[in-house]
Amino acid sequence: MNNRFFAFIVGILVGAAALYFVMPGPAPAPKKAQSGPASAQRTVAAASTLSVVLNRGYLICGVSQGLPGFSNPDDKGRWSGIDVDFCKAVAAAVFGDASKVKYRPLNAKDRFTALQSGEIDLLSRNTTWTMSRDTSLGFDFAGIDYYDGQGFMVKKASKITSASQLNGATICTQTGTTTELNLADYFRGQNMSYKVLAFEKNEESLSAYDNGRCDAYTTDASGLHAQKLLLKNPDENIVLPEVISKEPMAPAIRQGDGQWEDIVRWTLFALINAEDLGVTSTNVDQMKTSPSPEIKRLLGTEGAFGEAMGLTKDWAFNIIKAVGNYGEIYDRNVGPKTPLNVPRGLNALWRNGGLMYAPPIR
Amino acid sequence: MSEQGARMENRRPAKVQWSWTNPKARAIVYQVLAIAGVAFALWFFVSTARDNLARQHIASGFGFLDHTAGFGIVQTLIPYSEESSYGRVFLVGLANTLLVAVLGTIFATTLGFVIGVARLSRNWLVARLAAVYVETLRNIPLLLQLFFWYFAILRPLPVPKESLVLLPGVFLNNRGVVLPRPEFTSSTLAFVVALVVAIVGAAGLRRWARVRQLRTGEIFPAGRAGAALVVGLPLLAWIGFGAPLAFEHPTLGAFDFIGGWRLLPEFVALVFGLSLYTAAFIAEIVRAGIQSVSKGQTEAAYALGLPVGATLRLVVIPQALRVIIPPLTSQILNLTKNSSLAVAIAYPDLVSIFAGTVLNQTGQAIEVISITMAVYLVISLATSLAMNLYNARVAIVER
Repeated sequence: MNNRFFAFIVGILVGAAALYFVMPGPAPAPKKAQSGPASAQRTVAAASTLSVVLNRGYLICGVSQGLPGFSNPDDKGRWSGIDVDFCKAVAAAVFGDASKVKYRPLNAKDRFTALQSGEIDLLSRNTTWTMSRDTSLGFDFAGIDYYDGQGFMVKKASKITSASQLNGATICTQTGTTTELNLADYFRGQNMSYKVLAFEKNEESLSAYDNGRCDAYTTDASGLHAQKLLLKNPDENIVLPEVISKEPMAPAIRQGDGQWEDIVRWTLFALINAEDLGVTSTNVDQMKTSPSPEIKRLLGTEGAFGEAMGLTKDWAFNIIKAVGNYGEIYDRNVGPKTPLNVPRGLNALWRNGGLMYAPPIR
Repeated sequence: MSEQGARMENRRPAKVQWSWTNPKARAIVYQVLAIAGVAFALWFFVSTARDNLARQHIASGFGFLDHTAGFGIVQTLIPYSEESSYGRVFLVGLANTLLVAVLGTIFATTLGFVIGVARLSRNWLVARLAAVYVETLRNIPLLLQLFFWYFAILRPLPVPKESLVLLPGVFLNNRGVVLPRPEFTSSTLAFVVALVVAIVGAAGLRRWARVRQLRTGEIFPAGRAGAALVVGLPLLAWIGFGAPLAFEHPTLGAFDFIGGWRLLPEFVALVFGLSLYTAAFIAEIVRAGIQSVSKGQTEAAYALGLPVGATLRLVVIPQALRVIIPPLTSQILNLTKNSSLAVAIAYPDLVSIFAGTVLNQTGQAIEVISITMAVYLVISLATSLAMNLYNARVAIVER
């Protein structure tokens, strides 16, 4: 028996723990002493994300492992979906070329660590904007690109028509998402009991539901419609009417890089403003000669708004030319002509009764 | 460094001659340098991590362990509710992991011994079957086996309303096995006391029989008498005082049975998959151990007139164990670590709920992962220590 080895390992552990507790805040390294207050440190953070992306020649975008309508690879490995189109839009703004993106499929559990560690430049993966994620994970959210809410799917044969009938049910979901918390909150609020089975991957979770292990399957409403299509007999399942939570989907970036945050945020606003102004991927070339000052500023024929973010003047023109405006992205991926057929609802423009509203480019 | 060197010099000035040509002095310098290097590397990593976390505005520290978890867990061996803290989640996950590890170890070791002996059987069919078992199970990735067992168990089972009745009050359906929950009654104490007395009595009997055999050579059937005592005395208590346990029977609710005890399919599939997989490796270790005892030993025992059972028990197995124990320890450690694959089939083990859900909700990857790693390290070191102590007992005693 190697007692000295045991002692060595235990010593290392105790040493690490002691160091962690003893050191007050950032370690008193000599380098630190010369650097200024916290605000100054922010600006001297590693090289800016934009310059890293430009030097690398492509954008690395964190997406899901396969959620139809949002980010889903086809049989040739080509990605499509709202989240994927957003990645393309950012690439178009930065490079003028929407194809300069590499997708990094991430499960719900690993996505935040991937962004924190710099493995990806942008997380565009049906991620809910919550306060704790914004404040304690070291992220910023660039704005809401899809308004969603959590719902339930059950077998038609169960004769359940409302979530309030789910008392005592077993519910399948994916681990590492907001759904586990929403579920607990909803059932506690309604004073009902439940059992939750949380799988690491959606596939197994859905398969367990399909095999009758669970009475209900829960995720965001958009995901329910998409995943229903993957079941053995989609028509034997129904999505219950209740939406039990607010799930605003937002692209996330690391906190502390204001320029990159601006680029991602204004890419989203450009998509929404383009729909608002009637600029589409098909008419964007003609629109360049439009007399409207708003369209001129959007397409870069007037002013230098892109240059203020470290991009070119025609950044928004490139975005719209490549992926279209927000409405086109929506219709192409989840709209009425797709198998998902999700009504626009909250995701319609503000002037059509929805919540999509972007600050002006001025 | 020079300070430490000086201290060492002070402690034993007579022994070490300070000169670069003295190998002893050189060795001390190198060791001090190595320790200083390790300490510096440790300090460097910890301080860099802390700096970077602070700069990226990522919360750090262990305060999150007191925060409310807010999510539900399907199997809890200790009391838990959504209002419990993340620290509590950690304990729930740890208990679930240990449960799987302990049960898996017991089943895998038992099955592994049986298969290992079967592979050496003179019966052609038994030996071949054991070989097929070993070669199949140890050559398929464990994760695939877990999925296989999970869905193989799940698919054919009926919904709760059409449950199979295994025994009165015991139901089998796709939500698992539902058992009546035992509850203590007024006569539980008498039963337990009777059981304890019987066990102590049986142990005493065994001791006495041994001493007598050494003294007189007469054999007393202590095993059978002890068994009779262990079964008989509690039975008398049962008859005298009434049933020691009452049972709360599960009842069928709208979706599932309510009340009772329950074995989850995820749990059964995990223990099953881990045990079968690890048993294949243990079988090979056992076979190797038995084959390492030379045939001459068995022949010598037979020549002395020992029966087959006694030959195995007193001659072959004690020598085989010396070969078996160290690699067996590795397999038990593997089983414990492999139990972290539980998350794939939704069993709420430590990795699933603590390094999964808690990590995701708090975002404190460094803290959560270090705690999780430290836990596996401690479990492994403790297992290893226990097995090493056992190994020291069975190792060759040189005379």
